[in-house]
Amino acid sequence: MQELKRTALFSKHQSLGAKNIGFCGWEMPVQYEGILKEHEACRNSAALFDTSHMGEFFFEGNLLFSGINEATTIDVLKLPIGKCKYGFLLNEKGGVIDDLIIYKVSEERLMFVVNASRIETDFKAIEKCLDNGVFTNASEQTSKIDIQGPKSKEILQKIAPFDLDELSFFSFTETTIMDTFAVVSRTGYTGELGYELYLDNEIAPKVWDKLIKLGATPAGLGARDVLRLEMGYSLYGQELDEDTTPIEAGVGFFVQYDKHFVGKEALLKQKEEGAKKKTIAFTTNSKRAPRHGNEIWQNDKKIGFVTSGTFSPSVKSGIGLGRVKSDLFDKDEPLEIKTGRGSIPIFLTKLPFLKKD
Amino acid sequence: MAKKYSNEHEWAVLEGDIATVGLSSYAVEQLGDITFVELPEVGAIASKDDSIAFIESVKAASDIYTPVGGEVVEINEELEDRPELLNEDAEGTWVFKLKISSADEFETLMDESAYKAYIESL
Repeated sequence: MQELKRTALFSKHQSLGAKNIGFCGWEMPVQYEGILKEHEACRNSAALFDTSHMGEFFFEGNLLFSGINEATTIDVLKLPIGKCKYGFLLNEKGGVIDDLIIYKVSEERLMFVVNASRIETDFKAIEKCLDNGVFTNASEQTSKIDIQGPKSKEILQKIAPFDLDELSFFSFTETTIMDTFAVVSRTGYTGELGYELYLDNEIAPKVWDKLIKLGATPAGLGARDVLRLEMGYSLYGQELDEDTTPIEAGVGFFVQYDKHFVGKEALLKQKEEGAKKKTIAFTTNSKRAPRHGNEIWQNDKKIGFVTSGTFSPSVKSGIGLGRVKSDLFDKDEPLEIKTGRGSIPIFLTKLPFLKKD
Repeated sequence: MAKKYSNEHEWAVLEGDIATVGLSSYAVEQLGDITFVELPEVGAIASKDDSIAFIESVKAASDIYTPVGGEVVEINEELEDRPELLNEDAEGTWVFKLKISSADEFETLMDESAYKAYIESL
């Protein structure tokens, strides 16, 4: 078995008593004191996540003529400098190679943030689209710390040398944190007010310690998964994969069709003909939790499976996302999932599961 | 009363012919925050190592196996509303009580030091 990689914060997690799991080739903290407590910290105070396993690429060159604007569904020409945008890297069939965020640093420079498990695959797929320009993978030397929650601003403000109120949602800035270069963006994966910090590996442990000292609660991937699912956000490998298009995954509205990109023809065809699969969001209206892989049944037929499921502490019910066959699915007929421990009725709902005002 | 443990991480205490059963703190720590307990039915008859109940944590679901055979005579209904009691004090929170069919089965369970050695070996 291949040895698991560790982030620059690994020893910090050990001293905080983290329980680790193998995740996409990385040894990552799944929880420290407990998922519920960490979830609560994020919803009501501030939680701190090590997401250094994620990948960062940089592109430098001509955005119009290099081919970079055809690589993903994101229109980098339209994207203003200082803003970032969520989108997809697709194959020719419109299947999702990865979901990613692109940051427009300048008219000639972009940063890509991608999933840990997809770093090599993404890099090759993007590189293939390029006729010129310099494309580099900075994942190894880049740490990433997310601070998320209603108190994240006041905590981060204490070490940020600029007014955080100046950063609107999906904006970012290059700055210095604790005397070292950093990128700070007003983004996250929890639905709360929050920031993502891109840091050099050298400084990351100091920033981590400082933010905890200022009141942030360290939180693991367990809480992160519950938080993102409460908002209905997709997770690569569960809602998204190479055999599923953004339309089928229920995230087609992120795609920018006003330009060419790999997979566009397949998506247009699917829009016209209708997708064979679709994504549903549901609750159990009970404490029973759906789990990834549970079968979804309707009218005595298996019509699909659960892509993500958990008990939601905020909604106080089991919640889940599932992918079903469009021709077998009827939104007005009762649905159930089959778990190893009996069948559970499920009820369709609209996203996000956690309605925020 | 001596507390004994099963391979499946349940504890049992025997008083007369009534065994009180709960989950070891090791088991609860592995599961994390518990969100749901499906209790057995009073009157259910089970053999040793049968799965007669289950619990769900935020992360996963897991069966509860009875460490001794017998008839379920009482269940801890408080757990239906407050499953977190198991996280707060696993060793002090019982899940169900059984009228046992054979005291021999209880005797085959591990004592505390044997259980400790067992979990260290995992």
